[in-house]
Amino acid sequence: MSSIAQKKGFGATLWDYLTTVDHKKIAVMYLIAGGLFFVIGGIEAMLIRIQLAKPDNDFVSAGLFNEIITMHGTTMIFLAAMPILFGFMNAVMPLQIGARDVAFPFLNSLGFWLFLFGGLFLNLSWFMGGAPDAGWTSYASLSLASPGHGIDFYAIGLQIAGAGTYIGGINFLVTIINMRAPGMTYMRMPLFTWTTFVASALILFAFPPLTIGLFFLILDRMFGGNFFDHTMGGNTIIWEHLFWIFGHPEVYILILPAFGIFSEIFTIFSRKRLFGYSSMVFATVLIGFLGFMVWAHHMFTVGLGPTANAIFAVATMAIAVPTGMKIFNWLLTMWGGSIKVTTPMLYALGFIPSFVAGGVTGVMQGAAPLDYQLHDSYFIVAHFHYVIVGGVVLAILAAVHLYWPLMFNQMLSEKLGKWTFWFFFIGFHLTFFIQHFLGLMGMPRRVFTFRADQGWDLFNLISSVGAAFMAIGVIILVYNIIVTAVRNEPVGNDPWEDGRTLEWAIPQPVPFYNFRQTPLVRGLDPFWIEKQEGNKEGMTYAEPLSDIHMPNNSFIPFVMTVGLFIAGFGALYHGEKEWSIPVLVLGFAITFGSMAVRSLKDDHGFHIHKEDLMNEKGGK
Amino acid sequence: MNTTMKEGFDLAMMKGLKKWRLFSLLAALTIFLSGCGEEYLSTLTPAGQVGRDQFNLLLLASAIMTFVVIVVVIIYVLALVKFRRKKVGENVIPKQVEGSHTLEVIWTVIPILLLIVLAVPTVIYTYKHADVAAMDHVDADGNKTAVTVNVTAKLYWWEFEYPDLGVVTAQELVVPTGEKVYFNLKAADVKHSFWIPAAGGKMDTNVENVNQFYLEFDKESAGLKDGVFYGKCAELCGPSHALMDFKVKTLNRDDFNAWVEAAKTTEAVADGELATQGEEIFNTSCIACHATSAAGTAGGVGPNLATFGDRNRVAGFMDHTEEDLKNWISDPQKYKPGNLMPQPKQLNNGEEFSEEQLDALAEYLMGLSIEK
Amino acid sequence: MDLNKKYTPQTWPDHPEQVTMEGKNKFLGFWLFLGGETVLFASLFATYLALKNKGPSGMEFSTQSLFELPLVFVMTMILLTSSLTSVYAMYHMKNHNFKGMQLWLGITVVLGLAFLALEIYEFNHYVHLGFNYSQSAFSSAFFTLVGTHGLHVVVGLVWITLLIVRNAKRGFSLYNAPKYYTASLYWHFIDVVWVFIFTVVYLMGVVG
Repeated sequence: MSSIAQKKGFGATLWDYLTTVDHKKIAVMYLIAGGLFFVIGGIEAMLIRIQLAKPDNDFVSAGLFNEIITMHGTTMIFLAAMPILFGFMNAVMPLQIGARDVAFPFLNSLGFWLFLFGGLFLNLSWFMGGAPDAGWTSYASLSLASPGHGIDFYAIGLQIAGAGTYIGGINFLVTIINMRAPGMTYMRMPLFTWTTFVASALILFAFPPLTIGLFFLILDRMFGGNFFDHTMGGNTIIWEHLFWIFGHPEVYILILPAFGIFSEIFTIFSRKRLFGYSSMVFATVLIGFLGFMVWAHHMFTVGLGPTANAIFAVATMAIAVPTGMKIFNWLLTMWGGSIKVTTPMLYALGFIPSFVAGGVTGVMQGAAPLDYQLHDSYFIVAHFHYVIVGGVVLAILAAVHLYWPLMFNQMLSEKLGKWTFWFFFIGFHLTFFIQHFLGLMGMPRRVFTFRADQGWDLFNLISSVGAAFMAIGVIILVYNIIVTAVRNEPVGNDPWEDGRTLEWAIPQPVPFYNFRQTPLVRGLDPFWIEKQEGNKEGMTYAEPLSDIHMPNNSFIPFVMTVGLFIAGFGALYHGEKEWSIPVLVLGFAITFGSMAVRSLKDDHGFHIHKEDLMNEKGGK
Repeated sequence: MNTTMKEGFDLAMMKGLKKWRLFSLLAALTIFLSGCGEEYLSTLTPAGQVGRDQFNLLLLASAIMTFVVIVVVIIYVLALVKFRRKKVGENVIPKQVEGSHTLEVIWTVIPILLLIVLAVPTVIYTYKHADVAAMDHVDADGNKTAVTVNVTAKLYWWEFEYPDLGVVTAQELVVPTGEKVYFNLKAADVKHSFWIPAAGGKMDTNVENVNQFYLEFDKESAGLKDGVFYGKCAELCGPSHALMDFKVKTLNRDDFNAWVEAAKTTEAVADGELATQGEEIFNTSCIACHATSAAGTAGGVGPNLATFGDRNRVAGFMDHTEEDLKNWISDPQKYKPGNLMPQPKQLNNGEEFSEEQLDALAEYLMGLSIEK
Repeated sequence: MDLNKKYTPQTWPDHPEQVTMEGKNKFLGFWLFLGGETVLFASLFATYLALKNKGPSGMEFSTQSLFELPLVFVMTMILLTSSLTSVYAMYHMKNHNFKGMQLWLGITVVLGLAFLALEIYEFNHYVHLGFNYSQSAFSSAFFTLVGTHGLHVVVGLVWITLLIVRNAKRGFSLYNAPKYYTASLYWHFIDVVWVFIFTVVYLMGVVG
């Protein structure tokens, strides 16, 4: 086990990845799978904009259009944005706190496979009778009425993928609480670790309501439940509440890690510590907390009554305060610094005005009576794309460039990176800015076509042109990645030269056991401190070189997931095919059987001996 | 805190404030925004008090938010211009500033104040627009003083019942101007949302409960491009969600009363030979679902057709011509996928309608009118 | 640290479940998991309260007509007692008395089985009355809430049984101590949820 740089055959590599419990490899898998779903979701987006480029278009049919928008939203949120962020959390966070690995490497692997197979299950719907078509929110009366199995794929697929996310959330929480290196107090944790922490806490409390909502949907559609059937006493508003009690924190689950990524970028490329670190931490926690108090602002028009609407309106506005604090702290981080406009910094600079625009339209929608006009119009489409694309996606693209050398020991081309940025950024504003006005001009969202001469023709065309620009940007990025991989030039650690946190101190390629000796953290931005003091060794260490305990690889997470995947089909065809119950039982038997094997078979991991560690040159 | 930084920052704030004129910005916004969109459809050209309140809230919110954006952009641009590495020097290590309590307080307190400015009218309007107490007011004779409409949203059409007047119609809502019109909103199948952008914000039609709100209409719709305001379904309800439009005709109170009277008394009559043939076909194939008298109550399987000839559209969104009407009847699924109207073969003894039958039906239907 | 090292009562640590890093992680992770489970059950409770006694028009069933407190009271007592016996088991773990712990866990399992048997009887009784899963929104919500709890009981019983059997010949180690500990935590959680079910579903159903 001591040599890491061995050349392996394809089969051995595949087996390695199928069984790996190493957070760095799992991170790569999250990135690849999430990137793939991002491209699929992007193609769906392009189809939407082609259809809406001109009035009365018949490029796609009405029913198919609804399937496309549903899958676009669901894919982008659950299968692209979140997994890619999980990838970066896995790649970076354990290194940032100087941990060997995450707290539960086995569960980390399980979480990934659950996400991947949930996503595959969901997308299989395209080939098995039609995708879900009730919108990513899948409101109950429509989702019960929807024929075919589309909604069943949605409910079961998200249930599987959601379980993976939930596991991941707990894992990150325990890692951050228990496994920080000596000296890494809470108030010395890098902002990306902090936002991972708060986002994970949100996952812990936000996903169970979704689980229950999906569970009800599955029971209603496949097993004779009556939760949402109003003729049997059910109530569809329950779905809306459960969905948004999950759905609103979900927005923060996405945006907080994005905030963390940008906090890292602003400090690195301004060569300055984060301005107002403690209030940034406070704002992060406050946003996470308030995120649970505002779900009903998605439901202002449902008829909850003026008192509920007024309370949720004011609570919603309150969130603007900590968010504004963050924006000003970033600006003041740049102020007085030494700003170098690299590709990641370019994204961060693009993020500020884009996200502020998305934030202020959010406050406008928080004003309930105004929201009566804006709700479910193109204004809301513009708003949430401003926060999610202008915030989360820009952060993801920035992080791809920023952390590529950390994850792959290669540098993406800066020149191509900047081309990507400009195409994507201009395309983004072209696509979505104009949609605010479409909404104000009376265009409802989720319409598969529109009649000419309602004043919407030109703006829709502009919006579609913008989408093409974004697509070009993504294509350049893909090209950049291929070129970089082929060129394969190792760059070593701290390639941006102004790295401040622990992850930039580790030798490249990163050894599978991470830091050979656990580093000692002597303040905020520990690597910066050591560099300023001229430490030649890189870091000060907290312990002498000694044996390292590592977990064994395991194939069980993969098998457990396959079991659930099979069980999903059993549930899906319940009451329709004779084999459904046997298949359901078989699937669960595989899952719980392998769980029992895991539990009964002792697995103590292995040790890397001190002597072997000394013989290695730490991967350099 | 670094003094140069503080000075620069203050300078930026001052510059921003000097440029800042609330009223000029508001005026500019109003002109800019109302240049957008069509009068019969846009939220930016409000046609009644509710819409106007919401539009004013939009202006206020936009003004505050524009102010915030301007402040951010000024600091942002200044920072970017002043502190580029090229300018600062390649090897300079900037002072590692921890933060500033003063500044934290400033950018906490000012946003809170701005939000309070927005929150107060928000709460006031929230209550105001939900106040439907006057719905049940009666005059000395025990008659309701306000017009109430029961709206039922169905796949994919709208039924409008006037319970106190004994009238029911579909697809085209007729309301008096200059007074509050109250709505009871409900969905018959899946959830929809009732939205007349020019008149004011939307409200959902739920399957399990009745929602209530009101709207006001200032002016008569006769002067508009199509003579009507546009209404939309704003909640995804299936394949033809995009086509679930309706129209709103606003009349002054006298005209409205006359319209109600006509609706209650007009009998459907076939005028001419072709129309009479059409009536026969209608009575065998269509009448099971479509009523032709506006006197009655809600609950029709298909839209009430008593006012069909007076309408602005066929099936809610197609042009109001015999051509489109015949297209629609001969293949409803093609034009409005997923709607519940049977295909011709199910209605006409297993056969498509012939061209003659379609002509006759169109002639009859176009003649159904209470306004002529 | 050798996880399979044999300890004596003198060398056995005070908190054997939290000595190793794995143990600490398990301990904390499981608490967090229970936090999520709490939200999960809260969602089920909220739904149940919203749909309580709701059904097709003219439904004959209601909480008053359906529930009988004596049976449920017995079930409650059984489950509460089983929680107590699992506390004894953990007490013995602390004192390095392996046999004692296994015995008390065995009693816990027996009590859990008794509870489960009564619950199956109860459900069966309702179904025979015509109050089946698809009868109404109320029935769906009731069976889902109480049934999800029942499912947790089953999982807990299987888990504890596996632990008892698996470790019968091996005695204590720092490797299996956290497993025992989390299993007993889970069992307490199940018990707490039942207290809420007893109060919200049955007591408030019959009295309120």
